[in-house]
Amino acid sequence: MFAYYLELALRSLKRSPGLTVLMVLAIGFGVAASMTTYSVFRAVSGDPIPWKSAQLFVPQIDNWGPKNGTDDGEPPNAMDYLDATTLMRDHRAKRQSAMYQISPSVVPAQAGKHPLNVTGHAVYSEFFPMLDVPFLYGNGWSAQDDAQRAAVAVISSKLNEKLFGNVDSVGRTVNIEGRDYRVVGVLDHWNPQPRFYDVTNTGGFSENVEDVFLPFERAISVGLPNNGNTNCNATPKESGFVGLQHSECVWIAYMAELDDAAAVTAYRQYLDAYAKNQQKAGRFGWAPNNRLRNLPDYLEQQQVVPRDTKVSLLVALGLLLVCLVNTVGLLLAKFLRRSGEIGVRRALGAPRKAIYLQFLTEAGMVGAAGGVLGLLLTGVGVASVGLVLPKSISDLARLDLSLLAITLLVAVLATLLAGLYPTFRASRVQPAWQLKSN
Amino acid sequence: MTLHPILAALRKHKAGVVLIAMQIALTLAIVCNAVFIIGQRIERVNRPTGLDESNLFLITQQWVDAPGEDTPGGVDKLDAMQLEDLAALRQVPDVVSVAPINSMPLLDSSWNGAIASKPGDTQFRGKSVTRTTYYFSDDQMLPTLGVRLVAGRAFNAGDVGHQGFRDQRDPDIVILTKALADKLFPNGAVGKAVYLNGGNKPVTVIGVVERMQVPYAGGGDEVAWNSTLIPTRLNANFARYAVRTKPGRLDDVMRAVTPALYKVNPMRVLDDDSVRSFTEIRDKAYRADLGMAILMGVVCLILLCVTAAGIVGLTSFWVGQRHRQIGVRRALGARKIDILHYFQIENLLIAGSGVVIGVLLAVGLNQWLMSHYEMTRIPILYVLTGVLAMLAIGQAAVFVPARRASNVPPVVATRAV
Repeated sequence: MFAYYLELALRSLKRSPGLTVLMVLAIGFGVAASMTTYSVFRAVSGDPIPWKSAQLFVPQIDNWGPKNGTDDGEPPNAMDYLDATTLMRDHRAKRQSAMYQISPSVVPAQAGKHPLNVTGHAVYSEFFPMLDVPFLYGNGWSAQDDAQRAAVAVISSKLNEKLFGNVDSVGRTVNIEGRDYRVVGVLDHWNPQPRFYDVTNTGGFSENVEDVFLPFERAISVGLPNNGNTNCNATPKESGFVGLQHSECVWIAYMAELDDAAAVTAYRQYLDAYAKNQQKAGRFGWAPNNRLRNLPDYLEQQQVVPRDTKVSLLVALGLLLVCLVNTVGLLLAKFLRRSGEIGVRRALGAPRKAIYLQFLTEAGMVGAAGGVLGLLLTGVGVASVGLVLPKSISDLARLDLSLLAITLLVAVLATLLAGLYPTFRASRVQPAWQLKSN
Repeated sequence: MTLHPILAALRKHKAGVVLIAMQIALTLAIVCNAVFIIGQRIERVNRPTGLDESNLFLITQQWVDAPGEDTPGGVDKLDAMQLEDLAALRQVPDVVSVAPINSMPLLDSSWNGAIASKPGDTQFRGKSVTRTTYYFSDDQMLPTLGVRLVAGRAFNAGDVGHQGFRDQRDPDIVILTKALADKLFPNGAVGKAVYLNGGNKPVTVIGVVERMQVPYAGGGDEVAWNSTLIPTRLNANFARYAVRTKPGRLDDVMRAVTPALYKVNPMRVLDDDSVRSFTEIRDKAYRADLGMAILMGVVCLILLCVTAAGIVGLTSFWVGQRHRQIGVRRALGARKIDILHYFQIENLLIAGSGVVIGVLLAVGLNQWLMSHYEMTRIPILYVLTGVLAMLAIGQAAVFVPARRASNVPPVVATRAV
């Protein structure tokens, strides 16, 4: 019977090609526009480390107090040197790392090659296991290297290729900012977006791959200055990078791994006790005002997803809604035009259920055709997103199997939904009246 | 023509009428708000920087193994290296002027602080204190950037000092932008004292420039031009140089500066994106804004097309359905133009009710967006334009099927079905 309905639907669609084309175009464009904006939205709002984001926490300590100029009472979104290093020393989480952005120069060993500039982070050894950073060769450094301020480095595969060619460079030497470092690990294409471990300095998205990671205390001891944002509530009393370390200016990102609710509660208590101690010591003139958000909540609070992306997704969903209303109208016109045919079928004994099946089949066919057109247009849309959006975002918007499946599904389901009311009206056609009037 | 027969006929097509009206209402609401957002983005992109943007480029370079700022004599050595670079750049053919500068409008790298007309003031609540961006440069800054002085005097060579990048010393004199000067001193700023970052040292305002935008492209109009110009060369392991070239010589000079700087000192980082024209800087700063505007614009265009197509489709259907009635009317003496007007007025009625609901929806959507996404209130002009546009689109869409209807011959009435 289904095959028969398919054939009927095909005939009916052929009978009024103009109306059919209109419907297919409307659904195709509607679905494609929604899916293209959705792909951008999905790209920027995706969880960068889904298997672990619930265990990663960003502590914030209010070292500025209520007069810091913000109205919402939020503490600064980064730490000063004193708080960050104290938290590292106390070592209360399972794993943790303070980090700051660096931008050193690297001098290639080959004569005649010009120095290059790289970006990266100064981090602690636990950074790599905490974030499940993948290694192509070697590994991160050890806690002992941290303590000894060892001259070791982890480099990206891109920098490895530039400096050493595509070989295992573990154990070899790289000249960073005029000093020699021993390569202990080479990363295996690691470029998470959003750059969740340091939102403060990247604003979330960054085109540059991180090329170099150095031990935090080593970078501090050789005076490798921070390259990211520095926010101060008062002018530092001393000058230079050392002065910055002695100031209340915030410039260090921090992340901790806490496995269960008990650990989170314990860490929260620890932060409050720390702030209370600082209050007692006279450094903070206010009650503890700390935050400990897990990664998804922190990214939400920092508004990592560009505002416009959400709004344009809303606009695109609005378009889909209008396309649906449009399809309801056109299907209604199409189905009721065939009142005579319905009358005959009903008079010959077809139950209402059969009418339902017949017309929903027809709606489904229109939806499928619209879906196929939508797929093609979504492909075009996602490909051309790169023409208008910054590379850091458009590179993330990809056409994958799940997006294709969603596109087709949305098209067919939406059209079936739109077909419900017209089908209902068609099934209510009075056979006697139709037969009489003709 | 009376409306009564049209209304009576519409009552027979309740579902179709409601659907078209709904579609028009939704389209109006969405397009009004989307166009408003697009308009705001474009307004932001078109904000003037205050610079003469042609024939201007920026070099960002970094020395390798440079003396540290914290080491004794380090700052002086760094300054000597910077002066050497500046001298070499001035020797490059077709260079008009060169200035060291810590950042540029739209470059998204800034040093910000508070500026006040009273000492020790850091509370942003009052009118006497406001946020500002600091530009550190020398006496060549104004001619190089093409910023216009409107009051007082420019920096001269004797004013210019130098200090470490992280040295937080207050200068003796500054130049303010007009926007900033008017905020702090409505009766003229030249000769008055300002206080930086809540400090107590009076800093004399010696001049006012017409306009100079801050490096951050996304800020609102209230902070976009709050710049303070300081006559100091900043010394660090990196330096930025703004270069103005003779008209039409930009590309050649941009190619020539890299070898010239390597000749001074090869131990430095100068890669592909170290030398960027101001046009590139502007494009990069506004790419996301423009991209979103284009994306939304395309969606709006599709939306309007879909709505127009819907009107064409449903009206065509009605015309087909009323074939006989049209024939009867024609046989009874109605002219072609009467039939055409009938369908046009019918569409006007439906679209009219649609836009009334649409205006309410548009304002409601705007309210919702305001509460969720820091939007501003939509000006009534946008809504009115949207209403007129929707009515016009309705009329345009109905024209083809209506003309087809008017061409139905009277003889149809006499024919059996």
